[in-house]
Amino acid sequence: MAVSATARTKYEAVIGLEVHVQLLTKSKIFCSCSTHFGDPPNSNVCPVCLGLPGALPVLNREAVAMAMKAALALNCAINSRSRFARKNYFYPDLPKGYQISQYDEPLSQDGWIEIEVEGRKRRIGITRVHLEEDAGKSLHEGFPDSERKSYIDLNRSGVPLIEIVSEPDLRTPDEAYEYLTRLRTILLYLDVSNCNMEEGSLRCDANVSVRVAGAPAFGIKTEVKNLNSFRFLQKALAYEIERQIEMVESGESIQQETRLWDSREQRTYGMRSKEFAHDYRYFPEPDLLPLVITEEWKEEVRRSLPELPQSREERFATTHGLPRQDATLLTVTRTMAEFFEEVVKGGAEPKLAANWLLNEYSFLLEEAKVGFTDFPVASADFAKLLTLVGQKTISGTMAKEVLRDMIMTRKGPDQIVTEKGLQQINDTEKIAAVAREVIAANPKQVEQYRKGKTATLGWFVGQVMKATRGQANPQLVQDVLKKELD
Amino acid sequence: MDFTALTISQIQELLKSRQATAVEIAEAHLAHIEQKDKEVRAYLSLCPERALEQAKRVDAKIAAGEALAPLAGAPLAVKDVILTRGLRTTCASRILENFVAPYDATAVERLEQAGAVVLGKTNCDEFAMGSSTENSGFYPTHNPHDLTRVPGGSSGGSAAAVAAHLATAALGSDTGGSIRQPAAFCDIVGMMGTYGRVSRYGLVAFASSLDHIGPFGRSVRDVALVLQTIAGHDPMDSTSAPVPVGDYASALTGNVRGVRVGVPNEYLKGLSSEIGDNIQKAIDLLSKLGCSIIPISLPHTDYAIACYYIICTAEASSNLARYDGVRYGFRSPQHTDLQDMYRKTRDRGFGAEVKRRIMLGTYALSSGYYDAYYLKAQKVRTLITRDFVEAFDEVDVIVTPTSPIPPFKLGERVDDPLQMYLADIYTVTASLAGIPGISVPCGKTPSKPHLPVGMQVFAKHFDETKLLQVAHAFEKAGGFKLASAGGENPVTA
Repeated sequence: MAVSATARTKYEAVIGLEVHVQLLTKSKIFCSCSTHFGDPPNSNVCPVCLGLPGALPVLNREAVAMAMKAALALNCAINSRSRFARKNYFYPDLPKGYQISQYDEPLSQDGWIEIEVEGRKRRIGITRVHLEEDAGKSLHEGFPDSERKSYIDLNRSGVPLIEIVSEPDLRTPDEAYEYLTRLRTILLYLDVSNCNMEEGSLRCDANVSVRVAGAPAFGIKTEVKNLNSFRFLQKALAYEIERQIEMVESGESIQQETRLWDSREQRTYGMRSKEFAHDYRYFPEPDLLPLVITEEWKEEVRRSLPELPQSREERFATTHGLPRQDATLLTVTRTMAEFFEEVVKGGAEPKLAANWLLNEYSFLLEEAKVGFTDFPVASADFAKLLTLVGQKTISGTMAKEVLRDMIMTRKGPDQIVTEKGLQQINDTEKIAAVAREVIAANPKQVEQYRKGKTATLGWFVGQVMKATRGQANPQLVQDVLKKELD
Repeated sequence: MDFTALTISQIQELLKSRQATAVEIAEAHLAHIEQKDKEVRAYLSLCPERALEQAKRVDAKIAAGEALAPLAGAPLAVKDVILTRGLRTTCASRILENFVAPYDATAVERLEQAGAVVLGKTNCDEFAMGSSTENSGFYPTHNPHDLTRVPGGSSGGSAAAVAAHLATAALGSDTGGSIRQPAAFCDIVGMMGTYGRVSRYGLVAFASSLDHIGPFGRSVRDVALVLQTIAGHDPMDSTSAPVPVGDYASALTGNVRGVRVGVPNEYLKGLSSEIGDNIQKAIDLLSKLGCSIIPISLPHTDYAIACYYIICTAEASSNLARYDGVRYGFRSPQHTDLQDMYRKTRDRGFGAEVKRRIMLGTYALSSGYYDAYYLKAQKVRTLITRDFVEAFDEVDVIVTPTSPIPPFKLGERVDDPLQMYLADIYTVTASLAGIPGISVPCGKTPSKPHLPVGMQVFAKHFDETKLLQVAHAFEKAGGFKLASAGGENPVTA
């Protein structure tokens, strides 16, 4: 597309995100069927989630508690009385012909998330967080008769969802990306969802419009769907913003419509608006009583909230003196942050621990194809290893080898160091013996050194280290060599 | 002995004294159905195997000396909008013609646990929408008192079955009068408890905020016995109330001295003497029994029909969306695409009245109309409820006619849905307010052909006991057989 740079700066985008997140409850929101992902199609179903005649919904309190957790962490006000509503539309994987959702009386509203883009902090408003049920899944591909038939799997029907609607506060694809990242981090911390975009447990739609920068009114928005990864979100938004600017620039009017992101063609395209011109005919769900949240219940949930990533990041930066970037990376997941804290508690120096966790350990895990959450190395052992490094009992290079072995064998660092005889050589006599051998074997370099080319010392150190397979204490090697050469 | 003429209590006596077995009683009913139901057509399907198995279980327990369950051996009919595991449950609709229920409604489960013998499923207006059972997708049911007339509706099959001795008692469903009106037309007792008194789990939804399951019987005591069996909180229905259930049957003492009976003038003005004369006699009888009769006003009564038909159609339009041909039930065999399949399935699967109500309800909920119709109706519903709550500050029960008209001829009103809707005028108010209501016979119309007239009694929320006490005292005093005009009142003070 061809939008000039001047045109691009003339406009600003207005973006709001609607995020659907599956909650990690054991059973569905209105029946006791399992929510387990990946079971054989239509095996986790009952009269309620199949929408059989005569079946009635009964609300799962655990889903409410998790939704409240999310809402509180997103700084929302919890409504003491909210109500479920029916959203009516026909679709083959919607068994009742309506989705039980919340409409004019949601569980919670008026929250915010803080994001930071290019060093600038901004608060993004959260309009509401409400509870609803998921629909089933239509399978249009992968069967011998997929040309003629679609299949329906209702295992997902009735899985609890929260919908998190943002205010139209986002201005760039980067901000949208940052918002979604922050949101995901918070939800992962709360342990209310696994936020897995591939499995569909986190889904995102975007409302996008453009306007002349600083204009008071919003432009006409489109809704962009099918944003199944963080990358797609950014690309689709960038594309859609360009498309809209181009249209406005060329004097065309934007149509309010739903558009799909096509990741293969890298473009959005409009869905036939007739198909999606829904009047959902919302009305209060008569099969459920209003949802009443007592002050007691709300406080109980509030007390159960863990320390959230932003506050933890702050603490890591200030009390542990970590660089901001390390603090951010360490707090992306609660497990990583907690592991870090355990390692530090185990006696490791915080900066060293941060460094090793973010670099060597991540690299070695990837190499071994082991997940962080498999916890191949106990935090206590990790701390012990870093203590050995700190005390210079082993060198960094050796520590990396030891850590690799720890991941593979799940043995403790002491055991591996002893078994492999990897302790650092701190015995001056032993080192001197090796140094003398090296000196005797390299008269030319000795001469250079004595003529004043002191830089040759480094070369000698390297030779001694090589001869001791890296086990010699480098500082001692240097001291001994100086003594022997001078 | 004619086992089909017995009440539940009489059956209990016979079983206890070993004068009859549950199997004999069930068989007598099945035989009578075979002969009599050809003309009444109360049943849509029968389940003799299930019935006889259950009867055998009851007999085995008696033989083993176990205590008699409260409904042991009582042959019951179940309206075909209530799910019965392993049996077809059609809602008298082509769209569910071959639907076999995979589970039992809570009410059915509780009845069978109490020893009741389910004989079969009864006819009704399609999805309980109608007042004559002529909207059945299969065939109309006939009023046993006059086969040329309707049994009322929508639970006309259950009412006719009980009236024709094709069952001792029956379950029906009542959304706007669907138990009480056919009870009146068929000259039997029919009751709807407080909303939330009986679990709706397994009742095919028509209008969820108005739907009730309730009993029919030939005596107030039988109705009380069935109601107290099926009543009570059910964890499967969030709207079922966790309010303790009384022993209704034991509370039927016959003494109603001092009970304050309200008579709302809105229900009597313009009433034909066909109905009005008997209602007046019934009120006189209650007065003779020691009740104080108090004229009251329920000022929002006039808005009830409009309010009711907006709310019930709105809910129905959503509740019936699931019959789309995708998962179960009828699917149109010829279609070009998904939309076409939906359209043809629903066009051919549903009858005219069901489609009319789906369209009315869809309209009432549409954006731009919601506030003017649905929301307004909800406000009126609150006002109607308040009318009753205020009235019950002054009275214990309220007495009204059940229907403004006696049973009419088959086909007489099918072409005028509005006239049909207006006939629900006296029953929809209690449905909207969520209070309990019962219809009991109160004699026959004065002029020939002397058709059944029903009297309705309301009580406040969860006061089923008071309502049943008044109905029972009225029955005991001969109220069911009140003489028509010119005749003598059976009770002498």
